[in-house]
Amino acid sequence: MMPDTSTLSLSFDEIGMVYPDGTEALTNVSFSVAQNEFITVVGPSGCGKSTLLKIASDLLKPTSGAVDVSNKSLGYIFQDPTLLPWRTVLGNVELLCELHQIPKDERREKAQAAIELVGLSGFERHYPKTLSGGMKMRTSLARTLTLQPKVFLFDEPFGSLDEITREKLNEETQLLFQKEGFAGLFITHSITEAVFMSTKVYVMSERPGKIVAGFEIPFGFPRSPTLRFDPDFAEVCGHISSALRGNRHE
Amino acid sequence: MSKPKNQKLLRDQGKNWRIEISIPYFRSVLQNTVPPLAFGLFILGGWYLISYAILDEKKRFLLQPPHKVLVNGFFEWGGRDGLAEMLLSLWSSTKVAGIGLFFAILIGFSLAVLMSQAVAVEKALFPYLVTLQAIPILAIVPLIMFWWGSGQTSRVVVCIIISLFPIIVNTLFGLQSAEKDMHDLFTLHNASSFTRLRKLMIPAALPAIFAGLRISAGLSVIGAIVGDFFFGKGEVGLGQLIKRFSSELQGEELIAAVILSSALGVAVFLFFTWIQNRAIGRWSDRAELIS
Repeated sequence: MMPDTSTLSLSFDEIGMVYPDGTEALTNVSFSVAQNEFITVVGPSGCGKSTLLKIASDLLKPTSGAVDVSNKSLGYIFQDPTLLPWRTVLGNVELLCELHQIPKDERREKAQAAIELVGLSGFERHYPKTLSGGMKMRTSLARTLTLQPKVFLFDEPFGSLDEITREKLNEETQLLFQKEGFAGLFITHSITEAVFMSTKVYVMSERPGKIVAGFEIPFGFPRSPTLRFDPDFAEVCGHISSALRGNRHE
Repeated sequence: MSKPKNQKLLRDQGKNWRIEISIPYFRSVLQNTVPPLAFGLFILGGWYLISYAILDEKKRFLLQPPHKVLVNGFFEWGGRDGLAEMLLSLWSSTKVAGIGLFFAILIGFSLAVLMSQAVAVEKALFPYLVTLQAIPILAIVPLIMFWWGSGQTSRVVVCIIISLFPIIVNTLFGLQSAEKDMHDLFTLHNASSFTRLRKLMIPAALPAIFAGLRISAGLSVIGAIVGDFFFGKGEVGLGQLIKRFSSELQGEELIAAVILSSALGVAVFLFFTWIQNRAIGRWSDRAELIS
């Protein structure tokens, strides 16, 4: 099913990226993400996946091609939770609203709602150093949620978490996606994670990164944790895995 | 006053209140106090040994035994060389160190902020700051006297020069310590340079700023005493007192004055440690490490 182009939120048009030191990170990358679409890009480490997100968010300018972000409200979840250690959970979650000069009462209200949404109620006054890795990431998610972004970029956010926490957060992200209906672009090298959350998975080759395959994920939402044990799930994972391997120069 | 967590207030069968101190707590107190006390006793023993066994009576003025230092240095209150005079000069040196440190913080912090905002400023200033730091303080004392006379101002200038560098270097290092992702986060949300400085760079710099302050606080005390030692005019500080005791061969008073100087340095250090723990103790891991 082709997404309705009128709801396109983010599109890459023949993106190429060559770093000043001559490293070619991306070549000819074109795809788009619409509202209510959750697209995951999987690829080997160092293939330029994160560069793609930096370009999408205007932190980097591509050396060729163009990005179109139709709606400027962008949420970015970094690899690290990037919490300010001197602020409590509540203070951290309020940060983005502060940067956008949202009045105090409204800011507090949004932050409380976001904290509740990620299941951190009761931890508002805790400092990051007392939180577990998973809780830090939830705080980071809540911080981004306060602005209700239309486009959500995830840069391998759950990579450093343990398996159980990671699966739990995959389930919650997928529920958030369903609830908020944003356009999601997720970067990972875990195939299971990709298939579990996405509507579509793209496979990226080794450097210079380009899209070498795309897979529609045929499962409806909400997805139950047991989906991971479904034979169809395993089959999709298998296809993606062979597409990934097919492009490895061993 | 609240009692420590490890003490339990219990009521026994006879309805009398008693305080129970837990064994691990008691052990940790012992572990922290016994070694320094034992070493202190060892030093005192060595001191007595030198005073009475090694130095003969004619030379004993070189190192009078501890109890004489205590009696002559600290227990005589009034008159010339009494404790009252020493405390007055201690106060004078404390003021000089305080004023010097205040200006060093003001100048150091402003320069570090400027340097953090523009690489060109950092590159322009840094070599000169290193040069200033490298000049032995004794070498510029005559110049300082030449320009500012031999009163209070010159002493403060010595304090500033001697304590400025650690403040600048630590503050600058701290301001540059925020991670790139954090900066990206602020960039993504169009934060102004001032917002970035106020909400990201300065709070991130606090642990390093305090590390610098604790070094500089000690240095400012040294500056106050060295300055006072060389500039004879105005209020008598610990430096002048030390000079006088030394020239008049008053060993007990000399040692007492040295102990007071050191106590001032330790007090200033502890004061800044206290402020540091109040300011950043709740969130910084570092505060626990160095308290």
